[in-house]
Order: sequence, then C-alpha cells, then structure tokens
Amino acid sequence: MSEKIKIKIASGSICDSIRTIPFAEVVEAVRLCCLSAAVNLPQDVLASLENAYKNETNALAKELIGQCLENARIAREENMPICQDTGFAVFFVEIGTHVKIDGGTICEAITEGTRQGYKDGFLRKSIVSDPLFKRKNTTDNTPPIIHLTQVPGDRINVILAPKGGGSENMSALKMLKPSDGRAGVVDFVVESVVKAGGNPCPPVIVGVGIGGTFEQSALLAKKALLRKVGSENPDREYAELEQEILSKINASGVGPQGLGGDTTALAVHINHHPCHIASLPVAVNINCHAARHAGFEL
Amino acid sequence: MEIKIDLPLTAEKVAMIHAGDTVKLTGVIYTARDAAHKRLVAMLDAGEKLPVELKDQTIYFAGPCPAPPGRCIGSAGPTTSGRMDAYSPRLIRDCALRGMIGKGERNQAVIDAMTECHAIYFAATGGAGALIARCIVDAEVVAFEDLGPEALRKLTVKDFPVIAAIDDKGGNLYRR
Repeated sequence: MSEKIKIKIASGSICDSIRTIPFAEVVEAVRLCCLSAAVNLPQDVLASLENAYKNETNALAKELIGQCLENARIAREENMPICQDTGFAVFFVEIGTHVKIDGGTICEAITEGTRQGYKDGFLRKSIVSDPLFKRKNTTDNTPPIIHLTQVPGDRINVILAPKGGGSENMSALKMLKPSDGRAGVVDFVVESVVKAGGNPCPPVIVGVGIGGTFEQSALLAKKALLRKVGSENPDREYAELEQEILSKINASGVGPQGLGGDTTALAVHINHHPCHIASLPVAVNINCHAARHAGFEL
Repeated sequence: MEIKIDLPLTAEKVAMIHAGDTVKLTGVIYTARDAAHKRLVAMLDAGEKLPVELKDQTIYFAGPCPAPPGRCIGSAGPTTSGRMDAYSPRLIRDCALRGMIGKGERNQAVIDAMTECHAIYFAATGGAGALIARCIVDAEVVAFEDLGPEALRKLTVKDFPVIAAIDDKGGNLYRR
C-alpha cells in the first residue's frame, strides 16, 4: 500500500438524518434475490428469445431456441434453476449517503445473504477458494463479487446478476489504438463472439465496454449486460454501432449452441466512458441466453 | 434423423449415428467435469484402478445443482466440453470410453482419438438444465464426493435429448 498523506479537517459534525436498516433485513432481501434470479428468466430476455424463435430459418436452431423457452417455463413452474451453473453472484450496489446498516457492513450483509440464498435454493456452489493451487470449493458460493457506488439519498439499490463460467470464460479485452477507431472495435467484438462458438451457450447477449481504463472497460462491458434486451442505446452513433455488430455476428452462422443458424446473438449493448488521449480500451463480456438478474431497493 | 439409443454404447451403435442426428439416450451415463477428469487421469498415471469401468460408457460433462426435496437431482445441463480436451483422448484410448456429452467444439486431438477408437460426441442444450433434469430418473455419487458439484455421478436417464455433433466418420456439425 502507498503511504497515506496526513490531512487535518477544520471541523466535523454528526448528522442526525441518517436512515438505519437492520442488518437482517438486507440479508433477507439478498437471499430472496438469489432464489428469484436463479429460476425466473426476465421478461425482456424471454420476449427476445420468442422473437428469435419466430424468425429463425434453420430447423435445428429453431428447435434449440424452443428448448431454451421450454426450459425457462419449466424452471419457473417447478422452481428449478434455469441453468445448473447458478453462477458467481455478482452484485451492483448503490448505497445512499444518508443510509446506514445496523449490525454490519453492506458487504457482510450481501455475503451472508448469498450464503443463505444458495443453500436454501439448492443452487450450485461454484466457487473455489484458491484459483490456481488448491481449487477447493468454498461450499456456500461465497465470496460474492460486489461493485459498490455511493449515490445521494437514503436508499440502497441492489442488482444481482449471477454469472455462469462458460460465458464468462469467453470474455476478451483489448487495448486498441485510437487510430483503430470504429472499424477496429467492430472487428474485435465480432471476432471475439465468433471465436467463442458454441461455448458461451448462444444465443448470447454481448456486453461491450469502450473507454475508461483497462479495468473500467471490463466493468462497463459487464454493466452493459444489465440493460433491457431490445432497448435502444440513447446515443445514435452507439445505437448504429450496436446494430452493425449484431448483424455481423448473426451473419457468421454460428447459431444456437454453435450448431448453425441465424441467431448467434440476441443483442449487443455498448457502454462508453471518457478515456485517455493515448487509449481505446475495448472489453467484451458475453452472457448466455439464461441472462439472469434480479434486484431490490431498500 | 431421430434415433433412440439404449446405453451403453458399442462400436456398432456408434457406426449407425451421424453428425446432425437428433438422438434420445436411455440408460446409464456418468457425470464428470474439470476436477474429476484431472483425478481420473492422475489415477491412470499412477497405475490405479478407476472408480468406474469406463469401457463403452458415456461421460456427461456436467456439474448439477443439488437435489431439491422430492427429486433425485437439481438442474443438470452440460458444461463447456473444450476444457476436457486435455483429458478425453486418454480416456478414449486407454479406457475405451465410447461417448461424451457436452457443449461446444472439441479439438483435433479429441477428434483423432474418436475416429481411431470409434467414439462419439453429443451436444446437449447448454442452459437447459431444468428441462434435462426431467430426463434423469436416478442419480448417485459414485466417487470424488469431496468435489461437491464436480463429483463423479452415475445417472440413469430416459430419452435424454442430444444432437450427434461429432461422429467417428469425419462428420462435424461445428465445421460446416
């Protein structure tokens, strides 16, 4: 760690308008979130799959998309996880400046809620403690990954996006040169998705992060996966770029499960951020057709 | 073509199946994924006897969810087969493994071993774990219980829907 500089502040006061939420309430909300995310495929994803089913011209591909839809229905009705890979529990948390958790930190509450949710929901425990040497299962799917942002107000907003390993493994990041420009971005994203073939369980949703720093671009790509499938990017240039990349990916013929067809991706979502004069970072994070998320506000 | 196959497989049964066929499998399969494969090959290296006889058997690359009350297994879709490419040729050549079920492309070393020893690779629908679980009528851990979801399980399946993705005759749905 770097050395801390010493700063003296002139005065400090205790604010009395801080809202307090009991630790157990946050834990319970996270637990329920884990249970729901694993079995309920969001409506926007379902609608997109139904649309793909209608438009697919390859018979085998159509049958496979039909299986995805049937699977989502069974999961919901029988309260079974959509996919056995119930994922790494990735949380995006916005915590207000005027809210406090009584009895622990927000990260402790999320970790405990994850532990309880994965146990109570009979969800798969997919996390190993040491990535390289021991690879011993932690047996409760902890630790979760938590991305924390502070926002004005007295609320806590949480989104859980369980992320499967098969699609996550197909992610890619490249530090392009600014001169590579738009064409460089298109080529890199299309190449990454096509190279992934059937591994990430197509039809996929492609999250792209452009700009920021090395690590920021990856986070932008992951956050892009949370956008409603079928929604348009508010920025016209990026909206056009998304459409061009999507068309090129689907023209590849990779198809559902990599076995051929018109539907390789359901959507391409791009997030962008200011970046350094020397850089053009581009990150690609792929989500499978079981694009799960759930959230709550306290 | 749609074919129904009773397991275990044999070289004769494999000869009848072509890449692109939709197949319904009935009988016994074994689940094994990354960690179980590593152990199986380590046991072969050490000259030890494997916990199950793999001759003519089919391995399903999968790590299911725990069984909820009243069911024999949780969701149980396939995992990415490519991660088992480092181990599969050994099991095909040394143990006469006949079938594999997973998702995604295999490398040339696996395909060569399959051609040489008449093994077959089926694709199951990735992300259809709840649907596939309905075809599993019995499940028990037979080895490596400490691996949790990665343990070696014996599954009895009925009409498990798969697609012949790579056959032993050069047919390969991933290379069209």
